[in-house]
Amino acid sequence: MEQGNKVILMMRHISKNFPGVVALSNVDFTLREGEIHALMGENGAGKSTLIKVLTGVEEFETGEIRVIDRKEPIINRSPHEAQENGISTVYQEVNLCPNLTVAENLFIGREPMKRGMIDWKTMNKRSKEILMNLDIDIDVAVALENYSLAIQQMIAIARAVDMSAKVLILDEPTSSLDDNEVEKLFQLMRHLKDKGVGIIFVTHFLEQVYEVCDRITVLRNGKLVGEYEVEKLPRVQLVAKMMGKDYDDLAAIKKQNDNQEIGLGEVLISAEQLSHSGTIKPFDLKIHKGEVIGLSGLLGSGRSELARAIYGADKADAGELKVNGKKVLIGAPIDAMKLGMGYLPENRKEEGIIADLTVRENIIIALQAKRGMFRLISKKEQEEFTDKYIDLLKIKTADREVPIKQLSGGNQQKVILGRWLLNNPDFLILDEPTRGIDVGTKTEIQKLVVQLAREGMAIMFISSEVEEMLRTCSRMVVLRDRCMVGELEKEQLGQDSIMRAIAGGAVNE
Amino acid sequence: MSKMRYIAGRIMGYRLFLPLLCLAIVLLVNVVKTPSFFEITIRNGVLYGYIVDIMNRSSELVILSIGMTLVVAASGGTDISVGAVSAVSGAVAIFILGGGQTSTDFYHAPYLLGFLAAIAVGALLGAWNGFLVAKMKIQPMVATLILYTAGRGIAQLITEGQILYLRVDHFKQLGGFIPGIPLPTPVFVAILCILVTLLLLKKTALGMYIQTVGINSKAARLVGLNSTRIKFLTYAFCGLCSGIAGMIITSRVYSIDANNAGLNIELDAILAVALGGNNLGGGRFSLLGSVIGAVTIQALTTTLYAMKVSADQLYVYKAVVVILIVALQSAELKRMLKNLRVRVAVQTGKEVA
Repeated sequence: MEQGNKVILMMRHISKNFPGVVALSNVDFTLREGEIHALMGENGAGKSTLIKVLTGVEEFETGEIRVIDRKEPIINRSPHEAQENGISTVYQEVNLCPNLTVAENLFIGREPMKRGMIDWKTMNKRSKEILMNLDIDIDVAVALENYSLAIQQMIAIARAVDMSAKVLILDEPTSSLDDNEVEKLFQLMRHLKDKGVGIIFVTHFLEQVYEVCDRITVLRNGKLVGEYEVEKLPRVQLVAKMMGKDYDDLAAIKKQNDNQEIGLGEVLISAEQLSHSGTIKPFDLKIHKGEVIGLSGLLGSGRSELARAIYGADKADAGELKVNGKKVLIGAPIDAMKLGMGYLPENRKEEGIIADLTVRENIIIALQAKRGMFRLISKKEQEEFTDKYIDLLKIKTADREVPIKQLSGGNQQKVILGRWLLNNPDFLILDEPTRGIDVGTKTEIQKLVVQLAREGMAIMFISSEVEEMLRTCSRMVVLRDRCMVGELEKEQLGQDSIMRAIAGGAVNE
Repeated sequence: MSKMRYIAGRIMGYRLFLPLLCLAIVLLVNVVKTPSFFEITIRNGVLYGYIVDIMNRSSELVILSIGMTLVVAASGGTDISVGAVSAVSGAVAIFILGGGQTSTDFYHAPYLLGFLAAIAVGALLGAWNGFLVAKMKIQPMVATLILYTAGRGIAQLITEGQILYLRVDHFKQLGGFIPGIPLPTPVFVAILCILVTLLLLKKTALGMYIQTVGINSKAARLVGLNSTRIKFLTYAFCGLCSGIAGMIITSRVYSIDANNAGLNIELDAILAVALGGNNLGGGRFSLLGSVIGAVTIQALTTTLYAMKVSADQLYVYKAVVVILIVALQSAELKRMLKNLRVRVAVQTGKEVA
């Protein structure tokens, strides 16, 4: 790190307008050699636009970008030109070719040649060297798809760095990784930092920023809020800067929750030795009216699978389920829906949204499915329902007839929430409802959960953020290795106790 | 000025704009070569003319493309057995009505029985396809390949390898004219099929269900839809359409030739769906688009005949035009045109400065 604080990238007075919206207004951004710099802001703050402008995906209107080693300001017209100027991006969805080998992926488009043919030997040897340099020890002659997403991402990073990237942009790299993989990625990032690479790290996870970053630049509504050193900006203040208001909101939820009567409603759902082979071992669970029950555990612990077994997303193959004391058989989700259940799945893109359908169709589809094919909800009612939930959930969309895929992640999630609220369920399963969503929307959803429970709805809340669970849940179920291992009641709820339960008591504080 | 541009934008943004434009171009080309193209005359109490001919000849293709559209939308695959299924349906009808004789001039069974049996067989074969695709999860192309090859064999079994003739005037009416009505019957059948299907799609939730399943079948299941059943239904429906088309095809020639009835028509049906601006990957669809596509294909064939292109060379010309139409509708071309416009704008901007 003796290179010190040499500036390698400077963006000054960048402005960019989209029709009707100011996406960026007079934004500055500075990246120094060997630093990891977090770019933070809520959805719509201008993070993505800034990155797109920098990498040549979008054009900017005013301002200039300078990089080290170039006298003139640069203008990138395409990601390719950006790469030539030493700026590379690795996206959340790795865009490499899964069926090619690791070495081929590293050298695609710039293969070493010998007598007009690809020189495989050199390619594999050099690939091995590149990866060893970054402490990644894998077989480079194997197809990329054989490796985990985390490794694939690292290979994408290795490729970017090897193509002489001085500025590396990581756009939400950790959102589909588990803790272990995140740690490995961080090791790699620190390693690159020591080599003098400047890294721009875009993420929603506050903890990760504090774990790995040196500086933070915060944007809000297309404007620069400021650049800060990580040690000098406490978390609460960072959130306040991102949201433009105090953190009191979150504290308020917690308080409301505390004031709530602990007295539980009657039992709504009770599972006895319910299981789905291969995903969740037999469990007993009672869910009461008006409670928020949290499922906690690591990724792959069975927390989503437990919910799926109840809802019939994975049909339970043993055990008994009672709803309102009556024994029921759930063969498919529609059966569960008819018993008053709703399920917001973990993977919004693959299982939640119906991308090409409009906001209206996405909201009413579940109710329509429940009613049956021949009882079409009238156009007028469809529009009323849609407007009601656009209003209630403050969904930001130009029109109810816009395809849902054009909405931001947070707004898509609200549409799906609206879809289930329209069904007025007695029992609503929310699996990672706030993942990849800005802090403001997150708070809104958490508030809504607490409020719905107070109105008598039973809610199952699954999240990998323990803090969020503590704020919203009144009871917590802990899972480990596809098995329900315990329940924590109100007074036992605390970050320590949960961590200990998840880890199986093996953690020594 | 800006208002006109707005209106132009609205028209061009209309989903069926491109398919309609293609059809219009194909039709207008004729005026240059064949001035009498749009003329309609009355002979023997019925209407004659190229336009009537196009509507008439495209009827079975229109009916098949309706079924094909739904199959494509729900399953993201195509049913390549529709031609063969049409042949089976036709064979069943003539076998029942003609009493299994090689050539006959009176009905051996009530017409309605033959008609319903033909359609039922079509639906049944469609259901078989649906079972393979929806329940057994076999790729649509492979699943329907079975009937594509076996279908004509089944038809041969029914006809015992012969061409069966049914020389009854009443039988010819479905593919010809009903006395006293100046328009060919197939046109009415096609319009009826379109109307019934549109009604089914708009007045029930079926249209929305099909699109949901086609776009994201995992999400469809979680919101309570039975993807298997919906896909199955579309294939069965497609078989039913094949049955109706088969009846028209056999009625036109009052005979069944198991080897040649509806030969290669499945490819035109798939093309019709594509020309209609529909994504062959499934999801959002436009039924009317496919109908326009089917009419375009027939218009093209009729045009080429009107220009005295021989039947052997027809396919080459057809291919060239199809390439043009498909290219015109491709997203890539739109992108390239947009880039070009921007570049020109930048150039002229620089010159002005």
